[in-house]
Amino acid sequence: MVDVKRVTGPTPGMENAANPGPKSEMPREAEPFRQNFITTKLDYFINWGRKNALWPMPFGTACCAIEFMSVVSSHYDLSRFGAEVVRFSPRQSDLMIVAGTVVDKMGPILKTIYDQMPEPKWVIAMGVCASSGGFYRAYHVMQGIDEIVPVDVYVPGCPPTPEGLMHGILRLQDAIQKGETRVQREQALRARHLPDDLPQAVITAADLAKRKGAA
Amino acid sequence: MTPRATPEAPETPVEHTDARWNSRFWGHTQGAEALRAKPTVRVLEEACPGAVTGAEDRCGDLSLTVRAQDLVRVATTLRDHPELRYNMLLDVCGLDRMLLPEGDGGERFHAVYHFYSMTQGKRVRLHVPLDSEKPEVDSLVPLYASANWGEREVFDMYGFKFRGHPDLRRILCHEEFVGHPLRKDYPPDRRHMLSRTYSSFPGLPADTPEGQRVSVMEGDVEKIYINLGPSHPATHGTFRIQARLDGEIIDESRTEIGYLHRCFEKMCEAHTFVQIFPFTDRLNYLSAFNNNVGYAMAVEKLLGLEIPERAVAIRVILMEFGRIMDHMVTIGTNLVDMGALTNFWYAYLPREEIYTLIEACCGARLTVSYGRIGGVSQDVPENFVALAHGVLDRLPEFVDYIDQLITKNVIFQKRTRGVGVLPRDRALSYAWSGPVLRATGVQFDLRRAHPYYGYETYDFEIPVRTGGDVYDRYVIRMQEIRESMKIIRQALERFPGGPHIVDDWTVALPPKNEVYTNIEALMAHFKLVMHGAKVPAGEVYSYTESPVGELGFYLVADGGPKPYRLHCRAPGYYIFSAIDENLKGAMISDFAANLGSLAIVAGELDR
Repeated sequence: MVDVKRVTGPTPGMENAANPGPKSEMPREAEPFRQNFITTKLDYFINWGRKNALWPMPFGTACCAIEFMSVVSSHYDLSRFGAEVVRFSPRQSDLMIVAGTVVDKMGPILKTIYDQMPEPKWVIAMGVCASSGGFYRAYHVMQGIDEIVPVDVYVPGCPPTPEGLMHGILRLQDAIQKGETRVQREQALRARHLPDDLPQAVITAADLAKRKGAA
Repeated sequence: MTPRATPEAPETPVEHTDARWNSRFWGHTQGAEALRAKPTVRVLEEACPGAVTGAEDRCGDLSLTVRAQDLVRVATTLRDHPELRYNMLLDVCGLDRMLLPEGDGGERFHAVYHFYSMTQGKRVRLHVPLDSEKPEVDSLVPLYASANWGEREVFDMYGFKFRGHPDLRRILCHEEFVGHPLRKDYPPDRRHMLSRTYSSFPGLPADTPEGQRVSVMEGDVEKIYINLGPSHPATHGTFRIQARLDGEIIDESRTEIGYLHRCFEKMCEAHTFVQIFPFTDRLNYLSAFNNNVGYAMAVEKLLGLEIPERAVAIRVILMEFGRIMDHMVTIGTNLVDMGALTNFWYAYLPREEIYTLIEACCGARLTVSYGRIGGVSQDVPENFVALAHGVLDRLPEFVDYIDQLITKNVIFQKRTRGVGVLPRDRALSYAWSGPVLRATGVQFDLRRAHPYYGYETYDFEIPVRTGGDVYDRYVIRMQEIRESMKIIRQALERFPGGPHIVDDWTVALPPKNEVYTNIEALMAHFKLVMHGAKVPAGEVYSYTESPVGELGFYLVADGGPKPYRLHCRAPGYYIFSAIDENLKGAMISDFAANLGSLAIVAGELDR
């Protein structure tokens, strides 16, 4: 849950009709404030919202997609972790779960779909095929999707158990809360080093160095 | 398209010498008289003199060598002769004999055809040697519709040209691929990157990016091109269908597959016989164990191995559970596509129970790798019969839920009756099998037609319907779930004791306690792990009734630790090859219902 610091000092003029609150031993004016407001960092709060409302886009190609179906169905019930709103349109989702082998023929399509997702976006490589090609060291199989898209969490297994995928999602939630995912770090970098009007295209390390030097 | 005229046969028939009837491969000689007495050989000798240049009958597979220039004539005779009536071309594949020991000093490349005659209940395999420099042969598309995709796959994998084929281009590998990967001189891991996606309609104004809508005026009619897949919620896998629409009617569709081509066959050539089991799991991953058994049966057939009673019973029970799971997912996802989400949850809960049962047997849920040559990897738990009965007792509840919600549901019937009908003769020409074929009125099930594992001793029905539409496919699957439960109950009643795997240390691992205490067992274990199972040289085709249809494995072994060639005859491949014909003239909204009812699994389709 959110780590909040409750304000306990007296703040006049914040009474609330729903909480008239003269019942406790607190100062009369502080009680409704305490029940209705929290203070926290804005980033922290936004990340808390993001991590608990992941909308996955299942890029299911093979066996792992069947286990993904198990994860979202009633026995394992992914909705307990706030990530069950499965959307098949990349434009409506922020988490791509690549479940299954991605072969070379599928590569350009995976890239297109990743590019269509709005930021901030995350990618989970579910299973060893998506992570590294698995035991298909073969002429038509991509040796891990990180050849073409950035990956935040790799879930091992062939296929991973439903518990394994859930663990992966929880790990991703941790990273999102801390702002440590790739896309969040990039956003932070942009905010620190670049003027606002710069188009948010691909930024190379050389660009950043130039900016730094100019400033 | 008509086949190219074939040159006239020589006037004088070739003299029959005994040497001519020797095995092509390893000098396995058989009586010429017995071979010539077979009706297929006799009729072909009469109708196409000189066309058959060799014959072999091994493990019950009749296999003939046919000259390339006579192929069309031979195939026409096979199909039309009243005594033969080989009405299905089950499979086309290739064979590169470059690394085989010299058998007959023949050509490097062979095209291999498998035919089946439903009236005779017999199979025949044709080997057609092709020129090493310029491998070319006439196409069989005018005779059998299934040759279309079969020949395209061989073209993709081996580069054989099929003269007269209407659309000879790559099917599994991507458009920028160079070379033919199943040739023996192609390294298994040489990749070629694909830079962009391609349209299946070359005449489009531009190759359209995914999902972009393009309309073209043809006369005064506006035709709209749309793209479905390969990442589309209704495809359940990785198929891509591009369609030209006239209003809501599909004018023409072009299907593209290969988006999950994981090089199964090349991987098999690079791994030992036992290491292949995990690869077979991932063919039809909805019922992984059925593939294990299909492959194990091929190897056991070549070995001439009898497996223990208990292993047979375990295989039968788990294969039938696999059939139930497969049908559950097919029905569930098919209904989801039509907007009936509830059934999906009803279908998935019992699946979890079956998963738990399988997990108790081998430790894995989905991709089990439980089969082994000569049995199964480990014995079932002691309380297996009780566990299985427990699952069986809870299953009917969920099946009944779906039945009550759907079977007599008017909305469902309106969406499925008369939708996706393929006539019976076309279905046979496309070499359909399994529930989709039985929905067209053909009562054909390998468990009944060619019983294996004692299926003839079980009391069960083969459901058959005549509509051939999506509704009938659904009903047949529902009935088959109940029939499978009947089979499992009977198998559990007579569940035998004894070993779970053969006691033959050249193919099966010795028990662990022996390995730790007995030097012979330790050596056998070491030899088996390091050098692989000892499988004799030869070729077989073995088949089982998988939940989708006839799952066949064509195995060529050269006596080494790895298969020389393992071809999987995937039922879904030939069922799906009819999709363009099936969709023509249909409504675009029926597409999802139709596709889901075919039960195509991408892993098996693309291999």
